[in-house]
Amino acid sequence: MAEIDQITQSILNQIDESGFKQEGAYNLRYNGYSLCHGNTEHITIKRKEDKQGIDVYISGEAKGEQVHIPVVVAASGMTDEVYNDFYIEDGAQVTIVAGCGIHNSGCNDSRHDGIHTFHVGKNANVRYEEKHYGEGEGTGARILNPVTKIIMDTNSVFTLDTAQIKGVDSTKRETEVVMGEDSRLFVIEKLMTHDQQSAVSNMDIHLNGAGGSAQITSRSVARGESRQVFHPKAIGNALCHAHIQCDSIIMDQAQVCSIPEIDAKHVDAAIIHEAAIGRINNEQLIKLNTFGLSDEAAEAVIIENFLN
Amino acid sequence: MLEVKNLIFHPLENGVEKSIIEDISFRVEDGEMLVITGPNGGGKSTLAKLLMGIEAPDSGSILMDGVDITNYSIAQRANAGIGFAFQQPPRFKGMTVRRLLSLAAGTELPENKCCDYLSSVGLCAREYLDREVDGTLSGGEMKRLEIATVLAKPHKLCIFDEPEAGIDLWSFSMLVKQFEQLHANKKESLILISHQERIIQMADRIMVVKNGRIEALDKKEQVMPDLMNEDTGCSCMNPAHKA
Repeated sequence: MAEIDQITQSILNQIDESGFKQEGAYNLRYNGYSLCHGNTEHITIKRKEDKQGIDVYISGEAKGEQVHIPVVVAASGMTDEVYNDFYIEDGAQVTIVAGCGIHNSGCNDSRHDGIHTFHVGKNANVRYEEKHYGEGEGTGARILNPVTKIIMDTNSVFTLDTAQIKGVDSTKRETEVVMGEDSRLFVIEKLMTHDQQSAVSNMDIHLNGAGGSAQITSRSVARGESRQVFHPKAIGNALCHAHIQCDSIIMDQAQVCSIPEIDAKHVDAAIIHEAAIGRINNEQLIKLNTFGLSDEAAEAVIIENFLN
Repeated sequence: MLEVKNLIFHPLENGVEKSIIEDISFRVEDGEMLVITGPNGGGKSTLAKLLMGIEAPDSGSILMDGVDITNYSIAQRANAGIGFAFQQPPRFKGMTVRRLLSLAAGTELPENKCCDYLSSVGLCAREYLDREVDGTLSGGEMKRLEIATVLAKPHKLCIFDEPEAGIDLWSFSMLVKQFEQLHANKKESLILISHQERIIQMADRIMVVKNGRIEALDKKEQVMPDLMNEDTGCSCMNPAHKA
């Protein structure tokens, strides 16, 4: 069993809520190499030969199994670009817990670009959790630029649950989903930025197969002088339903730009978008004050629950 | 005991001073139920907000058990034992009913306790505990939950601003029972702002507030007959004006 140092363990605790263990199917990428990995009967992880990254094969026999593939970057000045491909067979039911944490105690920028592609088979059900987190006393920036591509076959279900907790100076997220017949997509995106951080999230959902449905929920809090830009786009190419909901709390001198885009290319495409940006509601603060909470405590409770 | 002395509130609205509360003084004894009623726009809700510290008076004082709380913040008043149910409670995206009740109680509530508070206002715990307190709850559900948040913690004084508004008849009966029980226990003083005869009937004393002043303040038996014969001031409703 590989030895995990204290900094890495504390980052793992932040990005893998269920607790990372060297058991079952797992791969821990540390400063650009695989520190440890394990397979199960139904899940095989193979290192790529031609470039950095792994291929994860999940058999249709996998029912309710988990794969944990966290990434830790603890070296200042490191740029880690990694390609992970997931092949999920027809009928598989799996939870993939990813996530990346950067500890930068130096003056050079540390960066991780995770390029993930999911090939989701017929009737498969995948839950993908990804948490991003940054820490460290150094002046070097902590940068995360994830690219996620999801190809969904007939009647498959994909839940994309992403959260950027704190400490990431700059992030640019690109997500593309191509949906087949009767497939269902759920996206939950939670983001908190502070100080001078910037975050951009672009998402294109192509509803290509009849009967597809997509629910995209984005919640964010922007504090300090941070800046966020959201651009989710649902393209209805067939009979389908899609709902985009972007909600942001803006504080201090932050800036939030929300551009939900809906593009119907079929007469039976029903697509809705909602977007709201606003400061913390004063009535909510007063209500929590009547429970005996100070303004600061009330504000923290509102944000914590909003990002849930 | 709550003691209110010479409260005056003249806020500025678009640069013009408005007379909302004019020299109001009254007491609420321990375990007493005071129902405040009167025409809309008369100053009832503002008076309640002044008691909770949501608005600050221009002059006058508020004492709780002899302690001057006039300059206390809302949170300090809450910690001094005052509970408040809003007429239009706010919604919280992402917050579950269970979490809201625990925040109200000031401690993490076990499921059976949450269940007790919810069922006392006619909500089924199993159905509601994990629901979010957001736009998916109806106005009536929000009001019932609002009352449950006040019940979730013992107080010296509870203020309910039109608890009946937006509540259906069946739930209203349960609510009346809940207030009767609270009143019978005599552990908490109660101030209810209401237009509802059944609630007014429960009062020990009734205070009628009109144009920012106390028009009547006396035992129920004294005030009730006048209330029932009140001239509405509306010529089409007033029998005396009907030909």
